[in-house]
Amino acid sequence: MTRENSVLKRNKKMKNNPVISVKNLVKKFGSFTANENLNFEVYEGEIFGFLGANGAGKTTAIRILTGLSELTSGEVTVAGFNAKKQPEQIKKNIGYMCQKFSLYEDMTVKENIILYGGIYGMRMKLIRERMHSLLERLNFEEYRDSLIADLPLGLKQKLAFSVAILHEPRIVFLDEPTSGVDPVTRRQFWEMIYETADRGITVFVTTHYMEEAEYCDRVSIMSEGKIVALDTPAELKKQYQVGSMDEVFIKIARPGIN
Amino acid sequence: MKKIIEASGINKFFGAKQALKNISFSVNEGEMFGFIGPDGAGKTTLFRIITTLLLPDEGEMKVMGLNCLTDYKELRRNIGYMPGRFSLYQDLSVEENLNFYATVFGTTVKENYDLIYDIYSHIEPFKNRLAGKLSGGMKQKLALSCALIHKPALLVLDEPTTGVDAVSRSEFWEMLKKLRQHNITIIASTPYMDEAMRCDRVALIQEGKILTIEQPKKIRAGFSKKLFRVKASQKYKLINALKSYQGINTAFPFGDSVHITFKENEFNDSIYEHLKKMGITDVNIEETSAGIEDRFLELM
Repeated sequence: MTRENSVLKRNKKMKNNPVISVKNLVKKFGSFTANENLNFEVYEGEIFGFLGANGAGKTTAIRILTGLSELTSGEVTVAGFNAKKQPEQIKKNIGYMCQKFSLYEDMTVKENIILYGGIYGMRMKLIRERMHSLLERLNFEEYRDSLIADLPLGLKQKLAFSVAILHEPRIVFLDEPTSGVDPVTRRQFWEMIYETADRGITVFVTTHYMEEAEYCDRVSIMSEGKIVALDTPAELKKQYQVGSMDEVFIKIARPGIN
Repeated sequence: MKKIIEASGINKFFGAKQALKNISFSVNEGEMFGFIGPDGAGKTTLFRIITTLLLPDEGEMKVMGLNCLTDYKELRRNIGYMPGRFSLYQDLSVEENLNFYATVFGTTVKENYDLIYDIYSHIEPFKNRLAGKLSGGMKQKLALSCALIHKPALLVLDEPTTGVDAVSRSEFWEMLKKLRQHNITIIASTPYMDEAMRCDRVALIQEGKILTIEQPKKIRAGFSKKLFRVKASQKYKLINALKSYQGINTAFPFGDSVHITFKENEFNDSIYEHLKKMGITDVNIEETSAGIEDRFLELM
């Protein structure tokens, strides 16, 4: 898909193209219900913020959406594949990055890129091409043979993101990608997210920085296993008559407070 | 005013890497003092030196008038330390952990119960649960209770709110506020800029250096340029358009808008024309006051 086409699509037909569709999703662990009847769609090229308090059930839902965990009941489609029947197909068509683990510390930048490309079944020629353009775009050529362990955290996170979309997946899942990153790098990271979404790759992102929630096209907020709000940041602020997403979050993310 | 911490010229190396570069600051008695900076800035190294767990290579660290190098035994009795990583005994229950820490410091839970009541009462219903089975928020409350149980004069909290959701973070700071009536000096580190407002003074720290120490209220005044807030519906397009504008000095996304400064400092009308040329017509620009994150970005 060319860039122009994808932008056109994003502007005109975003809503007609759900890349994630979740209907009546339930996930139980024994008698505990971690996800209680979730319903939502995520559209192509969208930046979708997935928020919630600790323990609200976000991680459980993400594990299901990425094909890592089986759902108890419901209908979940990701990148056109059924989460219950085709989890392996889902894994091949998504990218994933989290703060805790991203790249192998004791391997070089180049080795990590080749490894991940190989895991995603890309041919060596394509891996080399993408590696070249990736390193150029990030201004990273001088680090090609550096160990990941020797890179500053900010560079590591940017590289991890680029590697997560090396195979041009339809969706990339980012689990707290900017935790602990300095304010400048955090903004550069978000510019990468914008650019990725602009290319038509859907970005599904979690964060504890409520200010970053404002950067999303739409956000959902989970509380006690349920989605309690889902809309654009502007609409949510209007609905709850507050000035920031931080206040929206404090109002609804945790029942029993305020 | 009595100084609880006095650090001068602290240098710390790990091999060839310098983790702390000529760190000097002081903390007053009863103060809530924050260290704000990203991962790798040197916050944890500094806290380990304050708590006598690491030695500086150069410089002097005095805590409560005592020397961290020679008087460490005396100091450790008077410091409560909550490390960044949960480090209580996971295979002991909530109550056992608390009793253990009280005993190690030669006191009892009963003796200082009033100090921890506000915090511990939240987890007391689960006192028989193993610490390893607690949720993140409950672990945090238990760790704080254990750090307080010997009624320390100085409480050192290393990133107590990292990875914690916005509501729990706010609750945690409220708990700290209440501790102040017991005249405990608190130093805390955090990567969240918005938490600066909870402190009496904050040190912004980056790459081993203290960039500035200020009262959060005065940070606005410290920002040296006129700051403007720009809004438009297409954010990504707006950022790119602003960056390509000749007269722009800085342009950083902030929530639903972009904060910009001009090279000439003063507002320049030609920006409207430029943005229009770039296809942005629904733009709204107004002057705004700087927050702590603007200041941090300026200093970096």
